[in-house]
Amino acid sequence: MDMALLNRLKDIAISDSGFIFDPYSGATFNTNETGRFILQLLKEGNGIDAIQSEIRNHFKTSEEDLRSDIYEFINLLKEAQLLPKNFKF
Amino acid sequence: MDRFEWTIGVTGLNATDNPGPGISVIRSLRAHPGFNGKIIGLAYHYLDPGLYASDLIDSAYLIPLPSEGVQSLRQRLEYIKTVTDLSMLIPTLDSEMSGFISLEPELREIGIRMFLPTQQQYDIRSKIRLAEICEKTGFDYPQTRIVSDIESLFQVSAEISFPYMLKGIFYGASLVKTMDEASMAFHRTVAQWGLPVIIQEFLIGEEYDVLAVGDGKGEIVGGLSMKKTSLTDKGKGWAGVVVNNPKFLTMAETFCQVTKWRGPFEMEILKTKDERYFLIEINPRFPAWTYLCVGADQNLPVAVAQLAMGVKPQSLPESKAGTMFVRISLEQVVKIDRLEEIISKGEIHYR
Repeated sequence: MDMALLNRLKDIAISDSGFIFDPYSGATFNTNETGRFILQLLKEGNGIDAIQSEIRNHFKTSEEDLRSDIYEFINLLKEAQLLPKNFKF
Repeated sequence: MDRFEWTIGVTGLNATDNPGPGISVIRSLRAHPGFNGKIIGLAYHYLDPGLYASDLIDSAYLIPLPSEGVQSLRQRLEYIKTVTDLSMLIPTLDSEMSGFISLEPELREIGIRMFLPTQQQYDIRSKIRLAEICEKTGFDYPQTRIVSDIESLFQVSAEISFPYMLKGIFYGASLVKTMDEASMAFHRTVAQWGLPVIIQEFLIGEEYDVLAVGDGKGEIVGGLSMKKTSLTDKGKGWAGVVVNNPKFLTMAETFCQVTKWRGPFEMEILKTKDERYFLIEINPRFPAWTYLCVGADQNLPVAVAQLAMGVKPQSLPESKAGTMFVRISLEQVVKIDRLEEIISKGEIHYR
């Protein structure tokens, strides 16, 4: 993950309840516990494999949907402009 | 900590649903822990709500409308200087700014300081010269035309497609979708603010405002950017949040470098989905949401007061993103003798 993106992600504020504030745009969002968990891992610079593994360790989830669920959440972050449109792991 | 005991006059006490910035500026000054001075409110109308904010102002005076000319304003300020220890003025309204700029040397002579742009600086940021300042600074700007009669309005309406923004020279903006709406908005705006009016391409994007103070030498002494999160039906911000997109302050810095701006200013910037930043307008004064800067660690009215008095402002930290404001309407309860005081004497004294 490039430094500019990592810095941008680091600036995003996430509360324990899943309330997200983007200081770059002023936009606010809500996410659930899993979303908060994924965003936190992204902020730490983790890739898809690490995120997948961490989710497996922390949540009960079906293996077959896990990867596609993460990508779906990534797309939501792109729509919310919290990640750039061209973001790829 | 800096302490100051200046007596500061502030205009723009019309804290209505389209609020003047005065009360916000006064609250910022009072919020500084070193403030030990006095606040003199200066108002144009006896029902300006700020006149009755007895917890915020020490005394207040009616002053003549800008249309009465600068000499009557000068005489009134001379009188106020004789009965108060007025050491400084912070004008906050677009329509009065030119008059105060022209009076600056005379007022300085009698011991009233201000920290204002020069007339040349003031003129170059005018809405009717938006293209010129944007060419000089390299900012994007919406297609803009200046219209002084109804025939030109028809011509321009063929060049800039509907919907577009129709703006008054000082205040007021209407989104118009048809020629009929444009014609009505033109007459309404001219009746209120005079000629010319400004026609501006309507761009879709997110609107941000930047408040900064230029030191008159090409630098800014501080600044913050804000996204309006709630608007009134007049398009005025009713809630907003401090953001931290470096692009906005960079634009403010560029504007100051190019113009050597002296004093506060507000830039209205529209960010489009494709990450282009359009300068919509520059206001030569504090905005009505100025008090937000106190919560964001950027007390810019205090910085302006210090600059006016020749004191170097302390360096300000980065503004705190996520600091919000949400405006509120309150009823002030006023005894009738206060109203009598301001109507019959043109002044009111609380302390």
